[in-house]
Amino acid sequence: MAEKIFMKGCEAVSESAIRAGCRFFAGYPITPQNEVPEYFARRMPSVKGVFIQGESEVASANMVYGAAASGVRCMTSSSSCGISLKSEAISFMAGARLPVVLANFQRGGPGIGTIQPAQQDYNQATKASGNGGFRMLVLSPSDLQEAVDMTYRAFDLADKYQNPVMLLLDGFTGAMMEPVILPEAKTDEELDAIRATKTYATTGKKGGKQHKVICGPGLDTRVSQEEMNRRDAKMYEGWETDEIDYEEFLIDDAELILTAYGITGRIAKSAVKLLRAEGYKVGLIRPRTIYPFSKVAFDNLDYGKIRGILSAEMAIPEQFSTDVKTAVCGRTKVETALSSGGNILDRGYIIEQAKKLYGDK
Amino acid sequence: MEKIYSRASGIFEGAVSGFCPGCMHSTICKIVTQVIDELNMTDHTCFIQGVGCCGLSITYLDMDTISAPHGRACAIASAFKRCAPETLVFTYQGDGDLASIGLAETISAANRGENFTVIFVNNGTYGMTGGQMAPTTLVGTKTTTSPYGRDPGEHGYPIHMCELLSQLSAPAYIARVTCADVPNVRKAKAAVKKAFEYQLAGKGFSFVEFVTNCPTNWGMSPLETLDYVRDTVLNEFPLGEFRAK
Repeated sequence: MAEKIFMKGCEAVSESAIRAGCRFFAGYPITPQNEVPEYFARRMPSVKGVFIQGESEVASANMVYGAAASGVRCMTSSSSCGISLKSEAISFMAGARLPVVLANFQRGGPGIGTIQPAQQDYNQATKASGNGGFRMLVLSPSDLQEAVDMTYRAFDLADKYQNPVMLLLDGFTGAMMEPVILPEAKTDEELDAIRATKTYATTGKKGGKQHKVICGPGLDTRVSQEEMNRRDAKMYEGWETDEIDYEEFLIDDAELILTAYGITGRIAKSAVKLLRAEGYKVGLIRPRTIYPFSKVAFDNLDYGKIRGILSAEMAIPEQFSTDVKTAVCGRTKVETALSSGGNILDRGYIIEQAKKLYGDK
Repeated sequence: MEKIYSRASGIFEGAVSGFCPGCMHSTICKIVTQVIDELNMTDHTCFIQGVGCCGLSITYLDMDTISAPHGRACAIASAFKRCAPETLVFTYQGDGDLASIGLAETISAANRGENFTVIFVNNGTYGMTGGQMAPTTLVGTKTTTSPYGRDPGEHGYPIHMCELLSQLSAPAYIARVTCADVPNVRKAKAAVKKAFEYQLAGKGFSFVEFVTNCPTNWGMSPLETLDYVRDTVLNEFPLGEFRAK
């Protein structure tokens, strides 16, 4: 059995990325994710990978654009306002359909915010991480094992769809330490085989009849912008059936549903356990894929016996909870438990709000 | 019969340039593709095109292409070249792209000594968007965004990229050339060749600035622009090799 290693979130994500075959990383210092570029800077030489500390977030995201165009597995990470700066390149990469992995260790906002954990970039990640109306698969882990597994999988998903994939984490997940089992490292032969499939890489015509162009809709005169938009829309639609992933916990007899994602999902799960111990029939829906939204999880509920749904997140005003309300579509009451400004959502507060919504046992 | 002159293989057969009549972009594209042919690298080249009139080259150059966001070509080229070191990589950028919005990317790539080549097309204006003031616009020049003329008190002075980059230790080759007459076209081609040879030898960052024209936005005939380049613009932007390590 694989060995359990005690690791910090930022470093566990980085190591998992390298094991998935990430051979290019560019980043720029911003708290709370500095350990990610630092880890890559230390580790890349040993796998013959490339690390560049970009001159800005803008540049480092564009470096990843260049690396992806060469066919290597690549990644960048940042936090909140840093992701805003990367949004130019993210949009270009989505437009050019390049596989890259992006990690956002969220801090507060808007603007510079505090450096403490928050979940204030849900809308940005799931609705518009740049101009032009593109979408990305967005994954959000609740613990470090999940962060490791999702990171590893994110590279396969990026290649599968030839599209950026975002890991939406937070300062908490990046800074905490937990035991993790790391995935098997891809061999050089496996990575060569993966790179060989990337026939779009612009490494020269090499005798080919047509040259290759990496660009978004509008510039490639061979395909119309609308055709490209329709092609992408079809892919996004496919995710709704193929890529939705969520955890259901004790929902069979539940009369109250708690819902939350990421680190808040973990706190909510702990609240469910305590409420159950007190005799409250409470369950949890915790989306792991946060784009596309796990609407199906809410459609599957038996609203005849549900008293309400409590949606918890570290964002004020609510962001994730709005998607919950849209999914529930008035079939039951949806209340929220919110915090921001670096205040980790308190489990006691979630329990208190849940009891209020539950009413008499 | 021996074929002594033909279209460079890096230009589409039957391609019609989208550049305005008299614009030196066409000549520069020709020089660059001829040099790449001479180096036998057309099939192993990736060019990263900037935004602006440079972007028109996408329908003209028949070689692998990455379209960069405005100003970011040097960041993309840095990463691409490091991941595909066997590919000949060059960026093709105008003055707004390279010296204004992309100034940080340009200087930082040069300062890291990244092993690719920049072809910098400096015509002192934002051509594609209709003739706005560029960082390289000459003092006194009227543009759509400096309608009373470039005023140093308000707009500062033209930025000299070759001189600026020459302050850095890492760049291997820096030259300023023009295509305003035939002897200079030949010198320009030699500079481009040297820059690419530097890259192929792994020497590091190479940079060739073309002092060029914009008949459309300068409001001059093509021939008048050539005189203006020779008589006026070159006084501000002197030609020469600034660095050849």
